[in-house]
Amino acid sequence: MKGTRGSYVLLDDGTRFDGDSVGAEAHAVGEVVFTTGMAGYQESMTDPSFAGQLITFSYPHIGNYGVSEPAMESDRVWARAAIMRAATNAEDAPTAERGWLDWLTDCGIPAITGVDTRELVRHIRHAGAMRGGVFPAAVSEAEARALIEAEPSMVGADFARVVTPRAASVHGAGRSPRIAAIDTGIKLSIVRNLVARGAEVTLHPCTVTAAELLAADPDALFLANGPGDPAALDYIVATVREVVGRKPVWGICLGHQLLSRAVGLKTFKLPYGHRGANHPVKDLQTQKIEITSQNHGFAVLGPGGEQTIDTDEAVCWETDFGAARLSHVNLYDRTVEGLELLDVPGGTVQYHPEAGPGPHDSLYLFDRFLDRIRQASPEGSPA
Amino acid sequence: MPRRDDIQRILILGSGPIVIGQAAEFDYSGVQACKVLREEGYEVILVNSNPATIMTDPEFADATYVEPLLPGPVAQVIERERPDALLPTLGGQTALNLAKALHEDGTLDKHGVELIGANYDAIARAEDRDLFRGCMETAGLRMPKSAIATTVAEAIDALPDLGLPAIIRPAFTLGGRGGGIARTIEEYRSIVGRGIEASPIGQILIDQSVLGWGEFELEVMRDRNDNVVIVCSIENIDPMGVHTGDSVTVAPQQTLTDALYQQLRDQAIAVIRAVGVETGGSNVQFAVDPETEEILVIEMNPRVSRSSALASKATGFPIAKIAARLAVGYALDEIDNDITGVTPASFEPAIDYVVVKWPRFAFEKFPGADPVLSTHMKSVGEAMAMGRTFQQAFGKAMRSRELDKAPEYGDVPDETLLATLASPAPDRFDAISELFRRGVALKAVRELSLIDPWFLREIQALALDPEAPFSGERCFKAVDTCAAEFPARTPYYYSGWERRAAHEVRRGDRESIVILGAGPNRIGQGIEFDYCCVHAAMTVRESGRDAVMINCNPETVSTDYDTSDRLYFEPLTLEDVLGVLAVERPQGVIVQFGGQTPLKLAAGLVEAGVPLLGTSVDAIDLAEDRGRFGRLLDELGYRAPPFGTARNFEDALARSEEVGFPLLVRPSYVLGGRAMEIVYSAEGLADYLQREVGWDPAPGVIGREIFLDRFLENAIEVDVDALCDGEDVWIGGIMQHVEEAGVHSGDSACVLPPHSLGGDMLDQIREATRGIALGLGVVGLMNVQYAVHAGTLHVIEANPRASRTVPFVSKAVGVPLAKMACRIMLGERIPELDLPHDPMACDHVSVKEAVMPFDRFDGADAVLGPEMRSTGEVMGIARDFPTAFAKAQAAAGAPLPMGGTAFITVTDSDKAGAFAVAQILHAQGFRIVATAGTAEAIVRMGVPVTTLNKIGDGSPHVVDWIERGDVDIVVNTPTGSGARTDGWEIRRAAVARGIPCLTTLSAGVSAAWAIAEARSRGEAPVLSLQELHREIAAGEAPVA
Ligand SMILES: Nc1ncnc2c1ncn2[C@@H]1O[C@H](COP(=O)(O)OP(=O)(O)O)[C@@H](O)[C@H]1O
Ligand SMILES: Nc1ncnc2c1ncn2[C@@H]1O[C@H](COP(=O)(O)OP(=O)(O)O)[C@@H](O)[C@H]1O
Ligand SMILES: [Mg+2]
Ligand SMILES: [Mg+2]
Repeated sequence: MKGTRGSYVLLDDGTRFDGDSVGAEAHAVGEVVFTTGMAGYQESMTDPSFAGQLITFSYPHIGNYGVSEPAMESDRVWARAAIMRAATNAEDAPTAERGWLDWLTDCGIPAITGVDTRELVRHIRHAGAMRGGVFPAAVSEAEARALIEAEPSMVGADFARVVTPRAASVHGAGRSPRIAAIDTGIKLSIVRNLVARGAEVTLHPCTVTAAELLAADPDALFLANGPGDPAALDYIVATVREVVGRKPVWGICLGHQLLSRAVGLKTFKLPYGHRGANHPVKDLQTQKIEITSQNHGFAVLGPGGEQTIDTDEAVCWETDFGAARLSHVNLYDRTVEGLELLDVPGGTVQYHPEAGPGPHDSLYLFDRFLDRIRQASPEGSPA
Repeated sequence: MPRRDDIQRILILGSGPIVIGQAAEFDYSGVQACKVLREEGYEVILVNSNPATIMTDPEFADATYVEPLLPGPVAQVIERERPDALLPTLGGQTALNLAKALHEDGTLDKHGVELIGANYDAIARAEDRDLFRGCMETAGLRMPKSAIATTVAEAIDALPDLGLPAIIRPAFTLGGRGGGIARTIEEYRSIVGRGIEASPIGQILIDQSVLGWGEFELEVMRDRNDNVVIVCSIENIDPMGVHTGDSVTVAPQQTLTDALYQQLRDQAIAVIRAVGVETGGSNVQFAVDPETEEILVIEMNPRVSRSSALASKATGFPIAKIAARLAVGYALDEIDNDITGVTPASFEPAIDYVVVKWPRFAFEKFPGADPVLSTHMKSVGEAMAMGRTFQQAFGKAMRSRELDKAPEYGDVPDETLLATLASPAPDRFDAISELFRRGVALKAVRELSLIDPWFLREIQALALDPEAPFSGERCFKAVDTCAAEFPARTPYYYSGWERRAAHEVRRGDRESIVILGAGPNRIGQGIEFDYCCVHAAMTVRESGRDAVMINCNPETVSTDYDTSDRLYFEPLTLEDVLGVLAVERPQGVIVQFGGQTPLKLAAGLVEAGVPLLGTSVDAIDLAEDRGRFGRLLDELGYRAPPFGTARNFEDALARSEEVGFPLLVRPSYVLGGRAMEIVYSAEGLADYLQREVGWDPAPGVIGREIFLDRFLENAIEVDVDALCDGEDVWIGGIMQHVEEAGVHSGDSACVLPPHSLGGDMLDQIREATRGIALGLGVVGLMNVQYAVHAGTLHVIEANPRASRTVPFVSKAVGVPLAKMACRIMLGERIPELDLPHDPMACDHVSVKEAVMPFDRFDGADAVLGPEMRSTGEVMGIARDFPTAFAKAQAAAGAPLPMGGTAFITVTDSDKAGAFAVAQILHAQGFRIVATAGTAEAIVRMGVPVTTLNKIGDGSPHVVDWIERGDVDIVVNTPTGSGARTDGWEIRRAAVARGIPCLTTLSAGVSAAWAIAEARSRGEAPVLSLQELHREIAAGEAPVA
């Protein structure tokens, strides 16, 4: 175990957890969230959806198999810090390319171990996700408080601009169907899954206009996952609103929330979010249950403005673009996990069918999506 | 799809006696199933021959049959009870095989009984090697290559495809006898030859070796809507090559990347679908090459298993309970997760702690057996520990083992110690820790042990600083299936150490009573004690108090969170128990039901000011201290065998003169008769002292105290279980042993009521039992063992605690002794308990028979002695002794033959009696064969007999006869020494062929009667406990 330099976690409400610093010798502030996934720490740290957040890993042992290229979900670490109970470097693990802690340190990411993460998770469960930080022991609690105060809240935070690429890029060039994606922090697993199924994917900066999108006449628009508060992304919502009805639109996670808002539905902030790899979700079309990978702090309100859907009926919304039907529901807390537009081509899911990390139960959604596109635009499908 | 209404009555099969590979976990799963099915409004019919189980308590089923798990008796039960469905997935391999047989012989169809949980084809596809392989291939999954050979030539042909090393497993041999791992072509030839030789059908299975690969298990559940979830992943720290049951394992898996783990998950789901288990749980085993990430399927079990019990306890996801609901039509999302109460069972538990399972072995009891761990399971029990980190869990698991003494390596050179890692033994992790303490490099250990570096680094850190993980404050965390994402309702806790203690224990203000469990099963302390602890918990709850359980055995009913109001999954050490008591602050603690484990803690607890319920610590000491107990018996005027104690060599010889030979010698405070031996002479004693106690004739050395008792030859042994409240004594049962004293009470068959003790002797026994109970000041249960020698009663020992026979007696007489004892400890008086005046006044006879594990330990002598070696027991109930005895034999796995050849060979002292056996069997049309001496004794009395060669006289000799299958029953009484005598070979051969082998004359006679009885009566009728207990109740007015 490297270094026993003191370090501590401080939350907005003054709650403090002590531990040892095992990453970069710096502090980090942001929203403190927890994930219950038992593996896949590298995927989480590099998932742009975690931008602005400090990840508390509820599973105690993190780092066991080191880090390696295939587990990257983007080209860098986005989470601001790792809060752990028992971190290891494991540079000598059979398939490791590097040690976990060496890597975090080199990426300049503070990491703390020896924290009673279960107690921290229970606190967040009671008090809700909140701002907080990881600080070297040298930083006084007063300074720490000030730093936390200075950090804007997640509510109303536009992180899409932070994680989005400067310029557009094409993946799987020359294939079909051709999919235009608004890159609000897309995970590489999503791109891989689309390309693996024959699609060409163009990733656009989040500031792309509808005109620019439609100019290339794509077969469909894809709305990616991403960090922050969907309510802060009105400019993307406006763009999507112009595309809905003209192109099939499909979204995952933040994309689900953006499409929902584009058709006039409302979102709300969950008390402490869904982050893990074990949430049961029911596909109301097949009545099948999938174990899903989850990572979101906001959700879409039901037809009557309710936060939970207390039936397994495929309830419907009246949207600005006709009816929308509930397609997936979370069996843990009965929140909306997916919907389908009935009068215009489009559908979304709140969770992560691409896994990375997590179960593969929902990969079928990529097929379902591409089949729909191919049906919608026959010329788009291979002869 | 909700509950099925087209079925009303469901038959559940248990797994029978505790044997290696099938232990208490099937009582746990069976009990859960019985509970939920009755909650769902179904009628449950249960068959299990094991009386020490909770599931066979009459209140857990509508009809309970303690009958042999064989097609005959079960078919009778089906005819009597007319069940609509049979749920075969909760009773281990035994129940599956039996269900298969009942399907194949048409019984199920004939009575329109539907198999639920797993259908016949699914069972067949999972159990049949070739079907399974084919099934995996069509599913696109890979298995290790394998071949079957009957000649060396065939084996050589298979080699290019399989490669070396190769795993050679002879078909149908004891404990893998004759098999092995071939690394060179020479080894290959020789092991193949040896294996074909060893296999009774001359066949071997050769597997491509994946030794050293990682071994992983996934617990999978599927419902009839084809929803599948993985309850838990389990990683074996021991790589492939050590049976999962013998491996130290961890949950969840620690070393796989998420990507690789998800591949295992996908494959596990593919396996359960391919095999076609429609509803319920399955266990899928994988081998994973850590370097190439190649995955191979090893096997799948289409039923709940040892691992599923472990997974349930590790995650809080009750697999058996949910499997039972799925079997009657529910879908996963229609079942609640009772731990959270707010989420459905259609999820995958997220855990935020580490679980370590540690096997418990018993090689010391089987001299001659090879203690190297391999592809055949040899452990007799297991402990589970939870911690916030691996090191905490691993350290707690090591504590939970309760080893009599921890391995010591003194000056064993590093090289030697390292070398042992290549052929892992039970102490491998102690050896690894020692090597680390000595500063040996991790790399060196890894190269020989092939254990993943992550584990080795953790073990190294623990070895170098054992205190570190336990620094900080002890706090109790909840097991909640969801890593704290939702509040947990069901209070199920483990202790972890954190910088600052944050307890999660939610303790109401009701008084609580803490019950200390029995820890890992081991020979001498098995499921019987868990049974008693569970009864204590039930009783405490009925008394309006909170029942709090502390135990570390994942197999058991006591560690089901349903059993108590609060469950603490902790090692049973003084420190850990006091840790729990500090947060529980109970009204009292019960140490009387968990065998020796809690008793050992009693003194320490009292010192710490903990209030114990029931019999006082002093009374316990009075019973266990030979000197004090001897004096008590003198005062009371009861006889005991003359005895002496000694602390060194010459002292021992001197005492032996006073006491007189033959002697029974043993170290003080032994459990299950460890190292207990009968010696007939000073030479014999000297040999024992050097061998077992390590004393040498050189005068002076003062060692641990040893006991020397006069060994009473040909004495009838008697066991008594009684209740005492300090003023009144109630005798629950008097059991007469079938084998004479000298065979450990745990290993001998016994009969209730006694079949040949006179009324006068029974009165003496009652009187003495009263006297001893009151003399000791017992409050609760007491067990006394007597030996009736030449018509006089001798007291062998008294145990002021629940005994091994409590469940047997409770079922025989229809009174739950442990519950009654618990009520007494809680303050009730015997007259208040409505106990029947004479519980043994019933017109059925109950026989308990022990089940021995000899077939697992090739090389160990299959003879009974004062050292206990049985792993489990069965019960036979009938209207007469011989029939009950026959049922017990059948249930124990060696049904008595109804005809054929009986082979008799006995020591000189038994020659006269041998005739009795021969005469009865001859009259029943058996052919009698015997060795010269015995034959003489038999013909002299006019019974025709064929004389066989002793092994020395050349072939065909006795062993050839047995191995050729020309003998159907063996009566062989040993001639002293356990060395490789003819007797040893004979017993080994008999065990190998699975034919009844009676090693005492009394057992031989009983068997002969039983055969005669059975031939005149035909198949014995089955009886349910409920009807028998009704009879007793009807015939008996409670004492006023
Ligand atoms: N091909 C193999 N190479 C190395 N070890 C093996 C191989 N097959 C099985 N084993 C070991 O043998 C043990 C028992 O094998 P398994 O097929 O699971 O039989 P069982 O039905 O007794 O569980 C496994 O746990 C594994 O450690
Ligand atoms: N003096 C004796 N004479 C004959 N057999 C004895 C004598 N003492 C003990 N035994 C036999 O040894 C067995 C084990 O002895 P016991 O004192 O009961 O040890 P444990 O505490 O292991 O039960 C008894 O069940 C009995 O068969
Ligand atoms: Mg196995
Ligand atoms: Mg005894």
